[in-house]
Amino acid sequence: MRIRTAGVIAAAGLLMLGVAACGGTNEPAATPSKDKGNGKLVLWTDPTRAPVLKPFAEAFGKENGVTVEVKEISENQQQTFITASQQGSGPDIMVGAHDWIGNMVQNGAIDPVQLTAEQKAAFHPNAIKAVTFNGQIYGAPYAMENVALIRNTDLVPAAPATIEDLIKTGKELKAAKKVQEILCVPFGAAGDVYHTYPLFSAAGGSLFGTTASGDPDPSKVTVNTPESIAALEKMKALGEKGEGAIKTSIGNENGIPTFVQKKCAFLISGPWSMNDVKKAGFGYDISAVPGFAAGGQAKPFLGVQAFYVASKGKSKVLAQEFVANYVTNKDVAMALYKADPRPAALTAAADAVKSLDPNAEKFVLAGANGIPMPAIPAMGAIWGPMANAEVAVVKGGDAKTAAEAATKAITAEINK
Amino acid sequence: MTTEVTGAGSERSPHPGPSGQAPDQRSRGGRRGDAEQVRRTRELSTGFIVSRIAVLGIVAALLIYALPPLIQTEAWTALGVVGVVTALVAYLYLTPRHIPAKYLVPGTIFLFAFAIVPIVLTFVTAFTNFGDGHRGTKDEAIRAIETSSVTQVPGSPEYYLTIAERDGELVFLLVDPDTKAVQAGTADGLSPVDGAEVSLTGKVLSAGGYTVIPTAQAAERDAEIAAFSVPTAGGAVKATGLSRAFEGKADKSYDAACDCVTSPSGGRWVADEVEGYFVDAEGKHLDQGWKVDVGFANFTKALTDPTISGHFLNVLIWNFVFALSAVATTFALGMIVALALHSPRVRGTKFYRIILILPYAMPGFAMLLIWRDMFNTDFGLISKLFGVHDWLGTPTTARLGLIVINLWMGFPYMFLVITGALQAVPRELTDAARIDGASAWAGFRRVTLPLVLVALTPLLISSFGFNFNNFNNIKLVTNGGPYAIDNSTVGATDLLISYTYRVAGFDSGVADFGFAAAISVFIFAIVATVSTVAFWRSRAQEEVYS
Repeated sequence: MRIRTAGVIAAAGLLMLGVAACGGTNEPAATPSKDKGNGKLVLWTDPTRAPVLKPFAEAFGKENGVTVEVKEISENQQQTFITASQQGSGPDIMVGAHDWIGNMVQNGAIDPVQLTAEQKAAFHPNAIKAVTFNGQIYGAPYAMENVALIRNTDLVPAAPATIEDLIKTGKELKAAKKVQEILCVPFGAAGDVYHTYPLFSAAGGSLFGTTASGDPDPSKVTVNTPESIAALEKMKALGEKGEGAIKTSIGNENGIPTFVQKKCAFLISGPWSMNDVKKAGFGYDISAVPGFAAGGQAKPFLGVQAFYVASKGKSKVLAQEFVANYVTNKDVAMALYKADPRPAALTAAADAVKSLDPNAEKFVLAGANGIPMPAIPAMGAIWGPMANAEVAVVKGGDAKTAAEAATKAITAEINK
Repeated sequence: MTTEVTGAGSERSPHPGPSGQAPDQRSRGGRRGDAEQVRRTRELSTGFIVSRIAVLGIVAALLIYALPPLIQTEAWTALGVVGVVTALVAYLYLTPRHIPAKYLVPGTIFLFAFAIVPIVLTFVTAFTNFGDGHRGTKDEAIRAIETSSVTQVPGSPEYYLTIAERDGELVFLLVDPDTKAVQAGTADGLSPVDGAEVSLTGKVLSAGGYTVIPTAQAAERDAEIAAFSVPTAGGAVKATGLSRAFEGKADKSYDAACDCVTSPSGGRWVADEVEGYFVDAEGKHLDQGWKVDVGFANFTKALTDPTISGHFLNVLIWNFVFALSAVATTFALGMIVALALHSPRVRGTKFYRIILILPYAMPGFAMLLIWRDMFNTDFGLISKLFGVHDWLGTPTTARLGLIVINLWMGFPYMFLVITGALQAVPRELTDAARIDGASAWAGFRRVTLPLVLVALTPLLISSFGFNFNNFNNIKLVTNGGPYAIDNSTVGATDLLISYTYRVAGFDSGVADFGFAAAISVFIFAIVATVSTVAFWRSRAQEEVYS
């Protein structure tokens, strides 16, 4: 009895193992045979956008006599999409940030989108630049966002012309006990390259050189150039051992609340902070992050939300129709804006909504000097080491040592 | 049930029925007299039939659920395996024989599906370069390279498209937006169409000899339209959705003769089967790669790459310190609290127990984030109580902080299991010790603690295993930091698992699953070794005390 039982268990176990092993090996070979169109379009997006996109997707479905399914992916959307695409259970259309493009392309997860010259001209040039990767357009942009300087106009009526002015005003307010902090810029214990990039770039710093075609060039890391080291020096001067304007104790979790509670008069943040700021009950205004008195302009990173056509979708032509010909329509873009007020990427729509929401326009103006966040996969190698270098200098570390160490780590990661 | 906790009682009790049966059935065995007779009537009861139907129904439902995708992907072997396992389960629960297997098989199937299979897959993955850029096959990479290199032929019109049909064959009716000239595109090429009726938006409404396919029906033939292309002198006309088409040309194409990708503009990328990339003469590779077997490369990299192995030992030491202190502190505090509440003189024990279990009952993620904020230098509670200090930014205080947080999160569990174990310690033993003149401490040290430990050692070992891989605490509170100025790879509070997570590139969004799997194998080996040794020692201990 006992021996027989053991045999049965072993057999069942081997069979289960077989299921897994065979499932793995058989998948790739089987992929081509399942590209059967089914008159159904599946779109994936994050939970905040799903309810917004649903009516538009359904209208598209009605117009074309197909069913459309909008599915929300609660977190880790990019990895979820790539993994699901690879095993053939992904969507036809994905919605997400443009800096995913590099990684999605290297995994063969998205296809280029062919826009006509007329369609391209209708978009904000920065939006088209952002979704262009290796000379190809990979998505239809619909919203743009960048950080700007938001200030409490009850405390500071006029926008500071330079960072020095900003620090001076902040210190005066602090001395007068009107605020506790000079500036609220989300930084946190881990550092935040994105929010501090306007300051870093205003001081002359940069991350990558550019290729002949104007794309960021991962083979030219510029973190340890004299200009970038000087920029890190300036961040050190603004840091905890200097002016105390950039602090590790203010991060993403408490940056906006601290501003809303009037503990600081200046906040560097994006359109996503507006819901909280509007409710704060004091006057506010949005302007570009200023530059240093001696030095260049601040260049915030531009982020663009876009629709992508999945390479391994089951209804690719429908997906192309939706992405290239439907969401690029001005009326659709305007309706999208009304449902989810982020600065529109379509110029015509942006102009049309200008009167409805002056904040959106102010954010666009604040991002006029901005540069699209590099979409190359090598960008993944930048965030960690660069954030570490910034934390080190903000805590008073040597800028050159930090820059050299970060460069070494970045190049090692890129050449991995 | 209390004897079950010690693990010794059930071992010693005689087994009247077949081995492996649940204790409640055994106790019922005394009442049943002629066991065979009773069992037969029991098996034909309504409850028996309903439960069997329910189990078999679920199994059959799972089989039917698994059938369509397996058939669609033509995974015949997997299909066969699923069928055989289903048949086996059906047989097992329909026959009155093989009673032990009835109890063991469900657990065994789950053990294989959720423990053995992932372990085997992790091992297999560790020998590949599976990760971002290397997820698919070479064919998929080639297809992606060719597709993504298609660009519009310069100067070609951006056509309006109408999908049509002639003699059952797909036809693209193309309208030039400038001249409004209509052409028909077939697999043979373009030909002009006369007398077509075109709407203002460029849709062809009717054309002689062609049947316009309505959009909804065209959508049904999605794959066919996607694959369809009209050859032209400059390249090929392809659909962009259902309403537009463009004349495109692939800049890169794969040449099987040289196993390379070439471009008319002069590029040439040769397949490198070791790296899984197409590489040009300068060593630059195309973005899209494929999965290849790399042998032991991931393992040797973990051991020899100085940026990785250089920190391995330090991380390992702190990892042991963290796991051991986590177990020791939670066990000590849990024991103190459990002993205090075990005393018959304490009133309101229920109230205290509820309060004490609260940290355990609250969602861990939220609690960890709250703790992180409490340690905030300028705004946190800890700074308000003990003075401003960069708590999580200084290695020593960050490590101490993590152990404190873990103590708060972990002691209620220890308190719970120790309370259970204490109730199993016979009062006569502690009473006897007291009568023999032992002090309270000696009684605890020599009688209570050893008996409790016999029951709890396996739990302590699993607690060690859990804390050795306590990713959440580290990730959410310090994310491995603080980091030294010249080292962004490994922080002062990194455990092997959080370190692996970063080194494997999950943080940066460019994942290297192969390498992560190799490190996981190392971690598995370490935890397995420690656990085996500990279990071996605890068995020796059990023999002494029981």
